[in-house]
Amino acid sequence: MSQNTKNNTASSIITAMFRKQIFIPLAALLILALFNFIMDPSFFKITLGHNSNGDPLLSGNIISIIDYGSELAILAVGMTLVTAASRGQDISVGAAIAISGSVVLRVLCGTNSRPDELQAPIIVAFIISCFVAMACGAFNGVLVSVFKIQPMVATLILFTAGRSIAAWINNNELPVVTDSTFSVFGGYIPGIPIPTPFFIALACFVVIFLVLKFTTLGLYVQSVGINEETSRLNGLNPALIKFITYVILGLCVAVAGLIKVSRISSINYSVVAKDIEMDAILAVALGGNALGGGKFNISASILGAYVIQFLTTTLYKFQVQSDALPAYKAVVVILLVVLSAPIVREKIAALFRKLRPARAEQNG
Amino acid sequence: MQEKSLLEMRGIYKSFPGVKALRNVDFTLREGEIHALMGENGAGKSTLIKVLTGVHVKDGGDIFIKGHGGAVQIRSPQEAQNLGISTVYQEISLCPNLSVAENIFIGRGKGPAVNWREMNKKAGELLDSLGIAVKPNQQLASCSIAVQQMVAIARAVDMECSVLILDEPTSSLDESEVEKLFGLMRDLKKRGVGIIFVTHFLDQVYEVCDRITVLRDGQLVGEYEIEKLPRVQLVSKMLGKELDDMADIKNDIPQYDEARNKIVYEAENLCSSEGIKPFNFRIRKGEVNGFTGLLGSGRSECVRAIFGADKVTSGKVWVDGKQVKINKPIDAMKHGIAYLAEDRKRDGIVGDLSVRDNIILALQVKKGFFRPFSKAQATKFADEYIKLLDIKTASVNTPIKSLSGGNQQKVILGRWLLTHPNYLILDEPTRGIDVGTKVDIQKLVLKLASEGMSITFISSETDEMLRTCSRLLVMRDRKLVGELKGDQLTQNTIMNTIAGGEQK
Repeated sequence: MSQNTKNNTASSIITAMFRKQIFIPLAALLILALFNFIMDPSFFKITLGHNSNGDPLLSGNIISIIDYGSELAILAVGMTLVTAASRGQDISVGAAIAISGSVVLRVLCGTNSRPDELQAPIIVAFIISCFVAMACGAFNGVLVSVFKIQPMVATLILFTAGRSIAAWINNNELPVVTDSTFSVFGGYIPGIPIPTPFFIALACFVVIFLVLKFTTLGLYVQSVGINEETSRLNGLNPALIKFITYVILGLCVAVAGLIKVSRISSINYSVVAKDIEMDAILAVALGGNALGGGKFNISASILGAYVIQFLTTTLYKFQVQSDALPAYKAVVVILLVVLSAPIVREKIAALFRKLRPARAEQNG
Repeated sequence: MQEKSLLEMRGIYKSFPGVKALRNVDFTLREGEIHALMGENGAGKSTLIKVLTGVHVKDGGDIFIKGHGGAVQIRSPQEAQNLGISTVYQEISLCPNLSVAENIFIGRGKGPAVNWREMNKKAGELLDSLGIAVKPNQQLASCSIAVQQMVAIARAVDMECSVLILDEPTSSLDESEVEKLFGLMRDLKKRGVGIIFVTHFLDQVYEVCDRITVLRDGQLVGEYEIEKLPRVQLVSKMLGKELDDMADIKNDIPQYDEARNKIVYEAENLCSSEGIKPFNFRIRKGEVNGFTGLLGSGRSECVRAIFGADKVTSGKVWVDGKQVKINKPIDAMKHGIAYLAEDRKRDGIVGDLSVRDNIILALQVKKGFFRPFSKAQATKFADEYIKLLDIKTASVNTPIKSLSGGNQQKVILGRWLLTHPNYLILDEPTRGIDVGTKVDIQKLVLKLASEGMSITFISSETDEMLRTCSRLLVMRDRKLVGELKGDQLTQNTIMNTIAGGEQK
């Protein structure tokens, strides 16, 4: 009897877990981890080393995942809000990162593309790039919310033009920042062995969770995404809410842009943050958020972003050539997305329900 | 089958899960007549039309069509078309980006090639013969809605239809366009086409139709010649109230003392973008009044204008004696007005959100962006109204879309009550919900009014309004045409006022 109840509770926990949104990215992460553990346990090895200045730093696959997944995770936050409110995605984030990164370098380097010292404080450069990236977001936001253009079409404009604009900002030169303090944002803070991007991402998560806790943004965004007309009749301004989500995504873009240019202390207009928009959208989808808008779960999206980075790192580890990488990624993505489709989850949940009485009979 | 009839439907049955949409309905259409199909919402008009056009397949009964021998089977729109039945819907179902001629001939060509010149020529002849002033090569989208509708009719005529169904064709036309359409209809009538005309404009029925068939609750009320059915009779048949059975309505609303209470809301020449004529309106503290009229008479548009739900185009508004501007819903909410919309699914619920979020939504918006309710506080509010309104839900976390219609309605009602409005507008709060809940809502309305809330109550069911309202404003054809109170609040006077026109 007790066995029976235990089984029932166990399987009902499993069924409940299947329904939880965060289950999908979590399961994907576990599967990936398990796969790596079986293939090569040394995947998880973290070693403590020192750089040329004698500062301690950690290295290993896990460290590189939390390092290189940062930009994606930050973007996933904004993309989740945009998706939920405007029922569509912003595909211009990669190009916008190029613009915002280019602005940072332009302010830091001034007219000279290789100055010996910084022409402006980094914080000033960052704040200006924030405004520029938010303006890009606002541009998209106006097209989507006021002119009611489909998000993907509206953001296609900046997607196409963005990298040219980025190059134009620096007269098509490739400025290089020689000051070592600038490389901190994409590297390490002296004395701290964990990469800085991870802390920046963490700070972003904290900020967004505080915003969601101390404002009604979450409720409004979901309400507008689910039923615009009802939201309007309840006193909301749906256009404004959608617009705000695009501006927030712009802010995320600025942060990601700073990390990107800090990593190499320079910029390559055509490859910086290339295809990151697709990964960001994928992170939202992997997090179990409906790409058709409505309810959202930011934690699940963030986890989704790290899963994608985990996957990329795993593929590198197995020495998949970098030009073959997308093909492998696609296969895994198909699997993950099909598994996370509601119709499949429902089937799996039903399967568990079917197993339960069978097991109960055997025990009884 | 009778000599002159084009179409006969005998004993038609159709049910949907849980609803008997049509029960033993007969319908006859004769050559060269315009036949109005009348009935309130849910009477079965559209189901009957859909059975005839093959959208729904009938469960029982026979359909006869002239020239097709015995009973025919209509299993798809294609089959209906082949039998000569054509429909022009309220929403134009043509391709706006194609030319007029292309629209007339689309999907009817034989073989892969198109002879453009031939097509344009034939279209031109057809349009000329029907007196429709439009060039065949003009893009359809550049024509007025009326012309588009006429092109749709021309297409139907050219496909040799003998039965033409016009489903609410006039609702988006202005008066001169309606005249043009009527001219075309009369012309077709002379050619022997039988026209089924579905509309909610009484004036138009009496202007153009020869016969009326009235449906109510899925059953046939009767078929009448237009001269023999005065308007007020028609309204009484549609609503299902005999003219003399007014005595049985017990009027237990306490007589509302007009002068004693202050005016909560007043509007002068209020007008919105939705085509209602400017109207004056006021409501006092603790008063329950209502807008009545047939469907489409503009009663919802009036309250939407009050709440600022549609674009307000003119008029002055006073709340508690102070002149204010109400342009958007949030303005109205800030002045203590709440509005429960007619279309619950489109304008009421936020489907995927929980019952709790749905209840607190309006109050939260009123309170402001930077002052969110804690989850505990929100749950407390939700629990309070779940208990007060006896909402049946598994928990406060249940998505509202999984609740039954009546319980969804209670959640929305709870949402507005939570904002503690001074003036509550309820547009069809009892539509599509079970009788028990209906009575609950009526009782609640009277209780809230006795506590000092002003309420405007709209319902398609006149009984319900008589039970709750102390004053009724009557709408006809988007115009406020009368105000009834005290002894005038009887089925008879209401129906007379709704019908208007020649009732004397």
